[in-house]
Amino acid sequence: MSLKAFHIVFVIASILLAFGFGAWSYFDYRDQGATADLVYAIASTLAGVILVIYFKAVLRKLKNISYL
Amino acid sequence: MDIPFTVKLRDDTTLYNAKVGIWLFLGSEVMLFGALFSSYILLRVGAPPGTWPRGLLNVPIGAFNTIVLIVSSVTVVMSWASLKLGNLGKFRFYQAITLLCALSFLTIKSFEYRDKFTHYEVWKTDGARMTGHVEGGPYFWSTQTLKDKKLDHIVFHPDPHHYTEPVKPHAGAAAEHEGHAAITIPVAEIARLSAFVPAHSTYFAIYFTLTALHGLHVFGGALVIGYLWGPGAKLWKTDPERFTNRIEISGLFWHFVDLVWIFLFPVLYLL
Repeated sequence: MSLKAFHIVFVIASILLAFGFGAWSYFDYRDQGATADLVYAIASTLAGVILVIYFKAVLRKLKNISYL
Repeated sequence: MDIPFTVKLRDDTTLYNAKVGIWLFLGSEVMLFGALFSSYILLRVGAPPGTWPRGLLNVPIGAFNTIVLIVSSVTVVMSWASLKLGNLGKFRFYQAITLLCALSFLTIKSFEYRDKFTHYEVWKTDGARMTGHVEGGPYFWSTQTLKDKKLDHIVFHPDPHHYTEPVKPHAGAAAEHEGHAAITIPVAEIARLSAFVPAHSTYFAIYFTLTALHGLHVFGGALVIGYLWGPGAKLWKTDPERFTNRIEISGLFWHFVDLVWIFLFPVLYLL
């Protein structure tokens, strides 16, 4: 597995973490009503969206590099 | 004599040798961290209900460190891609950011550790328990320290909540720093005093084992990246393809270290 392939795996894990943390923060906000939780939820979801855009850009830019 | 297959691919594996080597090494690392993660899970599910500490770690700091490591992985790939395009200057720029991220991560982690080493739990003889800070912010005090110093009382700044109370995890962590009014506790009423160190509990033993081992990997990875960024970069002049392969290998290790943190963060800080 090349660095490109491992990077793709890593970015997918990061995307899942970002959206997961966003959901965790949102549920905390719903239960407790702390503004900080809402900020974390929004920031984390935004980070997830940025990572998805980055993921697409990586696939496009490194398309000539082997997965092995 | 030249070392074979540093650039040329082997017929049997279709890889150059260093890549086979690093994956064998990473396989052993997966077993090491896998064993520790399994230990954590077994210790946690085996703990009596309501006794496993929650909310003692600072979620915003942990989240910030996660961002730092994700950025460092991006710059590692960008530096490798720069070498593929023949641009050593851009490689150096991106790897400098990687090194900065590694340094930031370790610095932030050390502040987190320091916070734990000055944070205490008191078990009183009447069965009451409280967490907080000892006046003056001493490090690593224990029950033995009280005896050695021949103290008859300590001034304690208790946290608003004890970690076994059902409060929101990171609200508890944030509230730690708010504190309550100082109280004086006679040493005769203290059954046990411990800072948040590995000896405090199973939780902190596994927390420090996992995070310190991960921190050592970050430090080791940064050393290798630093060497390839500085003196090791002269290989670029004589054998650029081999140098690019070295960067890929160091990048694979760095990604592994970062991926471990991607699992550590939710397991330790959120769950």
